[in-house]
Amino acid sequence: MAKHEYAFYPGCSSQKGASASNYLTSVESMCKTLDVKLTEIPDWNCCGASIGYAEAGELPRHVMNARNFALSEQHLPGQEIVATCAACWLGARETRERLTHSDTLMADTREALKEAGLQINEMPNIRHMVEVLIEDLGFEEMAKHVVRPLEGVKIAGYVGCQTNRPFGVAGESFENPVYLDKMVEMVGAESIPEYEQKVTCCGGALAFSEPEKAQAQIKDIVESAYDHGAEMIVTPCPLCQANVEIYQGQINKRYGTKFDIPVMYYSQLMVVAYGGSAKDAALNGQVIKARRLEEIAAKPVKR
Amino acid sequence: MSANTAMAEKYRNNFLKEIEDQVEMGDWVKMCMQCGVCSGSCPTNFQSAWEHPPQELFMMIRAGKREEVLTTSSMWNCTSCYNCIVRCPRKLPITHIMHGIAEYAHRLGMAPKMQPTRFFSGLFWKNCTHTGRVNELKLSLGLYFKDGFAQGVKNGMAMQTVALGLLKAKRLNPFELFGGHKCKDQKGIQAMLKKAYEIERSRKTAKMAG
Repeated sequence: MAKHEYAFYPGCSSQKGASASNYLTSVESMCKTLDVKLTEIPDWNCCGASIGYAEAGELPRHVMNARNFALSEQHLPGQEIVATCAACWLGARETRERLTHSDTLMADTREALKEAGLQINEMPNIRHMVEVLIEDLGFEEMAKHVVRPLEGVKIAGYVGCQTNRPFGVAGESFENPVYLDKMVEMVGAESIPEYEQKVTCCGGALAFSEPEKAQAQIKDIVESAYDHGAEMIVTPCPLCQANVEIYQGQINKRYGTKFDIPVMYYSQLMVVAYGGSAKDAALNGQVIKARRLEEIAAKPVKR
Repeated sequence: MSANTAMAEKYRNNFLKEIEDQVEMGDWVKMCMQCGVCSGSCPTNFQSAWEHPPQELFMMIRAGKREEVLTTSSMWNCTSCYNCIVRCPRKLPITHIMHGIAEYAHRLGMAPKMQPTRFFSGLFWKNCTHTGRVNELKLSLGLYFKDGFAQGVKNGMAMQTVALGLLKAKRLNPFELFGGHKCKDQKGIQAMLKKAYEIERSRKTAKMAG
């Protein structure tokens, strides 16, 4: 039996061929090393994300998340739900909070769920993967598995918004969370605690609908990483990752910059440090290649 | 009588009451003490085309400026970064109120028609509820072609290098156009959502009658 078991809510962007498929690959490798067992919630659905608000309304939005709770309760009773995506985690946690605080909303939700033949009896705990790592395993346990420290690599920890606000990770401040810097140190790399854009918004969904606004934000995020001498940026959020990575070419055209900095997930850093291959860490999923990590991943492991 | 006219009649001279009844988290609006921390914390505050920051919208609601509030593009500039929520000294759930006012303006048909984020927001919800999961390719194409075919091709061309990068990294699948990821129990999801809309509509109507 695995040391830790959870009901897994991977989210739309993590699916095969989708924009964060490299995140899922690296999380799976990471969890194997850490003996964490994730069982996908059967037939889970989209959380609705914060951007669906024009048509989502209140109840339909919560019902979407509640369906996942009901499926988890039915198929994986007693397990906490773990999400890797910031938006999934936030959406599900918000629904949990609202339903817990309003009997009317809870009753209405139950009535709608009946139409899909589902029910909720207990409210599940909703966790983000980084919470599981920090709270259930701890830094000491995470560090134990490092066999290939990322020595001499300077990495800007970009936390972004939705893993940080409005809920955030317990014990961390909204203005200056430090857990990501600690994770960078844990894999043997050099963190940049004074990176002042660590909680700046990447523009979220506006990167699609009003790109000039989002790209102004992304420019600040990337520029500051360069100013601090970072070789790469690391983030816990799929939308932050995509937005900060894939538009660097367009930003270069718009602003005359020469950005070309890799943007990684914490799980990718951990897999390489844990002795995994470039494939295990899904380094082939980078639009801007992380050459330095590829080199390290090709090196033999110190055991 | 259109939904808008009916609401305008019912809540004549009491726009604050209308917002409290009809907007998610609308009953928090009166708690705003006009300190402006939300406006100073908003990432879109530094962009052009930002008509009214949140605290200004809250005062406009209390001043009964119905037309101006419901037709502005301001709420649609929200990036859902939640900075305003965590910094508000009176703990107003500002992000949710912004989304709520936007949803209400959209429901009444008063929101600016061609505002791109309004369009994208509706598109996203339809996309993800259609099969239960987001189809990223159809979502992007739907947005590019919002202003017609010619503009769509132009937008697509502008995004070519971004799309190619994602294709090479296997993070964009062209076959999503012919199906893609979906939930098994789509029927259940549709039935459940239909019920949820019915309940929500009847609750809002009851408030208006009451």
